[in-house]
Amino acid sequence: MVTQALVAVSDLRHAYADGQTALDGVSFEVGSGEKLAIVGANGAGKSTTLLHLAGCLLPQAGSVRIADLLLCRENLPQLRRRVGMLFQNPDDQLFMPRVCDDVAFGPANLGLPAEEVNARVMQALAVVGATHLAQRQPHRLSTGEKRAVAIASVLALSPTILLMDEPTSSLDPASRRQLIELLQTFEQTLIIATHDLDMVLDLCPRTLVLGEGRIVADGASAVLLQDAALLAKARLEKPLRLQACPSCSGAGARPAPGPHGLNRR
Amino acid sequence: MTRIDASSSHLSYLDSLAYRDSPIHRLDPRVKLITTLLFIVCVVSFAKYEVSALLPFAIYPLILLALARLPPGYILRHLLLAVPFALCIGLFNPLFDRATLLHVGSIGISGGWISFASIMLRFALTVSAALILVASTGFDSLCLALARLGVPRPFVVQLLLLYRYLFVLVDEAMRLSRARAQRSFGRRGMELSVVASLLAQLLLRTLDRAQRIYLAMQCRGFDGEVRLLRPLRIGGRDVAFLTGWTAVLLGLRFLDPAPALGHAFGELLPW
Repeated sequence: MVTQALVAVSDLRHAYADGQTALDGVSFEVGSGEKLAIVGANGAGKSTTLLHLAGCLLPQAGSVRIADLLLCRENLPQLRRRVGMLFQNPDDQLFMPRVCDDVAFGPANLGLPAEEVNARVMQALAVVGATHLAQRQPHRLSTGEKRAVAIASVLALSPTILLMDEPTSSLDPASRRQLIELLQTFEQTLIIATHDLDMVLDLCPRTLVLGEGRIVADGASAVLLQDAALLAKARLEKPLRLQACPSCSGAGARPAPGPHGLNRR
Repeated sequence: MTRIDASSSHLSYLDSLAYRDSPIHRLDPRVKLITTLLFIVCVVSFAKYEVSALLPFAIYPLILLALARLPPGYILRHLLLAVPFALCIGLFNPLFDRATLLHVGSIGISGGWISFASIMLRFALTVSAALILVASTGFDSLCLALARLGVPRPFVVQLLLLYRYLFVLVDEAMRLSRARAQRSFGRRGMELSVVASLLAQLLLRTLDRAQRIYLAMQCRGFDGEVRLLRPLRIGGRDVAFLTGWTAVLLGLRFLDPAPALGHAFGELLPW
């Protein structure tokens, strides 16, 4: 139960220009500092939900409220100061000629003085361990480095809410693990749309399951991700670590999540 | 390696040259840009039959090439790649301008051939200067210089994004090309309709990507202006470079030292 809703989505509906319904009456709330995963099959409405929260799409029906701001055209500049969005493909996000220029893009647009912009750039790059990449060109980075820099470009805005669309896609296992460990240190409200259910177990105590533009389930990740029938209905699979290992009877598998859905290691 | 691969790696190499360190690399990009523009204006401002007065201008690219420690072979290869364009411009001159202007011994040389030589010389000088400028400065620093020199922001933003996504576009084209090659056998799969379909796919993907990039820019407060905060400072070396070369280039342009140089060179010869 959310005590103080930082994000409130109410009866949100959206259909794309070709008539396809993407969201069909989605309602949920997210509290300050909460970490929420949005999971579902392709086309379930995960990315469309995130695009609404980021202000990239405006509600055709229903409402989205971020803190005291209702999502509407007039409030977009203020809303974008509070919400940072990490897109699925870092190449879409890193459009400036050098890494430092890209991370500085948002703070510079806020009209901050150059000294503060530079301080924010170095701080954000330090958080993701990418200070050494500051003068590099984005097209010369590996996917893992691009992802880290893309996160820094969002962190430099100091958002209170971080939205992430498939943050672990295209990452090798080591980069994926590094990203998860980095995200575990974040104190911001985190909303992640993903197919990576193992990451959900590591990061998000709460999960929202979407199917055909509607909420199929909303609850503790540790419970929902054990529910084979629910996952099958949402065209998902149990996280690997919750699947019995046929060769070692689960002995080598990672431990099952604790009561809050997070592993205690 | 496919042609697309090769083009991409050539571009990457040109890019990597800009990251080297040399006295030329360390100069302010605005100074290099202004000097190169002045050089180009001087070279193209001569009359169409001028050849000898153009020759001394070769010192600018040659000195820069040496000081910037750039590979001459690479610059020369890229110069040759652009030769067909210059040939297209000058090739018809010998056909239409047949009036004899010069006699070398008993051989008469028409104005068309002289103007053709002049075009090729101007092309070699200006293109090599431009290549050296990009190779010693970097495309993004040049865009930054353009912005600081007052070139309209939308134009600079277009150039920056064009360059940034050129590599992504090449990757995309390479993937499409490989996918076609995997399922093409013999001459099948190479038809014009297939190529048109590939280009259409590339265009659609580019449009989709442009939409996503715009959303990402909006999410970070884009208001139509790209703010590059990199500091640029013009120091003593930059001023010396600019004034020195301005004096040399204007001297070469208006004082025409070619006859004097030719005479001095002739005096040195033993016969």
